[in-house]
Amino acid sequence: MTPAGARSGDGPLLDVRDLSVRFTRRGEPDTVAVDGISFDIEPGEVVGLVGESGCGKSVTSLAIMGLLPGRGPKVGGEVRFGGDDLLALSDSALRERRGRDLGMVFQDPLSSLNPVVPVGVQITEALTRHRGMDKKAARTEAITLLERVGIPDPARRVTSYPHQMSGGMRQRALIAIALACRPRLLIADEPTTALDVTIQAQILELLRELVAETGTALMMITHDLGVVAGLCDRVNVLYAGRIVERAERHRLFATPRHPYTHGLIGSIPRLDSDPELELPAIPGSVNDNLPWDTACAFAPRCPREIGRCTEVTPGVETAASRLLRCHNPVPATSA
Amino acid sequence: MSAPTTWARRRRARIDDTAQGRSLGADALRRLRRNPVAITGAVIIAVFVLISVFAPLLAPHGPAEAFPQLLDRLRPGEIPGAQDGFPLGSDQNGRDEFSRMILASRQTLLVGVLATVFGLVFGVLIGVVAGAVGGWADTVLMRVTDVLLSIPSLLLAISVAALAARPSQTTVIIAVALVNVPIFARLLRGSMLAQRESDHVLAATALGVKRPAIVVRHMLPNAIGPVIVQATLTLATAILDAAALSFLGLGDADPARAEWGLMLATAQPYLDVRPALALYPALAIIVVALGFTLFGEALREALDPKGRR
Repeated sequence: MTPAGARSGDGPLLDVRDLSVRFTRRGEPDTVAVDGISFDIEPGEVVGLVGESGCGKSVTSLAIMGLLPGRGPKVGGEVRFGGDDLLALSDSALRERRGRDLGMVFQDPLSSLNPVVPVGVQITEALTRHRGMDKKAARTEAITLLERVGIPDPARRVTSYPHQMSGGMRQRALIAIALACRPRLLIADEPTTALDVTIQAQILELLRELVAETGTALMMITHDLGVVAGLCDRVNVLYAGRIVERAERHRLFATPRHPYTHGLIGSIPRLDSDPELELPAIPGSVNDNLPWDTACAFAPRCPREIGRCTEVTPGVETAASRLLRCHNPVPATSA
Repeated sequence: MSAPTTWARRRRARIDDTAQGRSLGADALRRLRRNPVAITGAVIIAVFVLISVFAPLLAPHGPAEAFPQLLDRLRPGEIPGAQDGFPLGSDQNGRDEFSRMILASRQTLLVGVLATVFGLVFGVLIGVVAGAVGGWADTVLMRVTDVLLSIPSLLLAISVAALAARPSQTTVIIAVALVNVPIFARLLRGSMLAQRESDHVLAATALGVKRPAIVVRHMLPNAIGPVIVQATLTLATAILDAAALSFLGLGDADPARAEWGLMLATAQPYLDVRPALALYPALAIIVVALGFTLFGEALREALDPKGRR
């Protein structure tokens, strides 16, 4: 272990400061995917990153992992992890961190597994690389890991190929791979999107157990507020590349202040809602944005829009561990 | 309960296979074994390989050995046909045609295999570098490949073979190999590019796997399938190309050496006297090329993921 890696100390495990990612193309204006977002994750904490398609969730996670393509995107800001700025690390230093300190679970479990390599080998690859195990020890550990993520008959499954497993089993195997080296931070990028609902629930339950058991911090990227409600300690709501609201989970659901969050929570079907009533929805689409530079991006879709929203960029207000970016927030008592 | 239907039995067998962790390779092999086209190709190839391996034992006579009993009957306008001890008769120089046909299979196998292997090795190297490194290396390598591909293959082979000071077996192998390098390179580069963008390569990168290991362990095995199929098919065209070069006099011109393409060429003036002398090597070339083509096509089918059940 490097001295920097051993220093877990005080302060957040991951501290993202003013991270921005813009894609440049010759002859065209830059596309700003992530527009200066800041958040932190404490050791062992589960933090959600919520937003609709195209709001910059996945780009944020890829930027933290250093997995964005080398040419094209321009990344700014800082990602402090264990005392280092991940964005400033060399390729080889970052490669040492990936898998060992930072694990990642991807959205599509089939395409994220190498189709011609048995899953057991894909687990041992990380073990031999980062934990210096020999092949035999790594295989034993791989079986233990498969058992831990709830794959039946792990001693036999270790030689299975991805196409011989069900979707849920594949996602369990992916989680086993990501957790093989006991990373301090696990980034899960929509890990349940490709699965059906019952399997989703199982995978989320598994993630919750594993995180609690190993003390791994989890950054949960999702568009599904239901996932957030069951899992996260704190939630960041993203809109068009910026964080518009951040709060502790219960407070976010009890009193959403930003009209976007309010709309998202309002559009979840509830058991006690009147079946005759139409389900509320947020009008428009993510394409109807205004530029953040001169306005609130959400203003064209916002039911609480006031004149200032289209003229002045809303500033960030922080009060009682809640972050809010809105000119005309929903009153705290209304929800 | 009635007896299980064929369908039910097959399904159970498939579930057992799955539980046993059958690999893609094993699965392809199983499907090859059930395909009559593959069997036909494999049998032709096997017979051909066996004959060429044991050629010195199978051939009753040497390639350059002339026999008085054949020479006696050899005169303008007549070449002796089959007779005792010489099942395919004499060639135009009083030698045993049967022995020469058998011994020639060795040359053909040697040229075909070596030309394909060299073409494959260099093509794979170029394809891996172009597909995995990308950037200017890709651009340079692919432009050179484009130039080579733009020249008709036989013309390219002839040019290369003609460059050699003295035509020989080696120049034929080099010429045929060179023709195939750009084909393999282009094919592999394409599938390597597709692999580079794939999720599982991203996932491996996220695990901190080193770049060379990603290329060798995660990209290459997934990309090599079409190249293997192409190599099987190339064996057929390599044999044809080598025969063509020999026929055109760009191979080893030693008349004592037995080689199908050369035999075909030297039989040409005697077509009206004894057409069988051209027919035997021509048939041999066709059948062997057909064998490799059939097997290659069947292999392509077997490895096609759409064919997997």
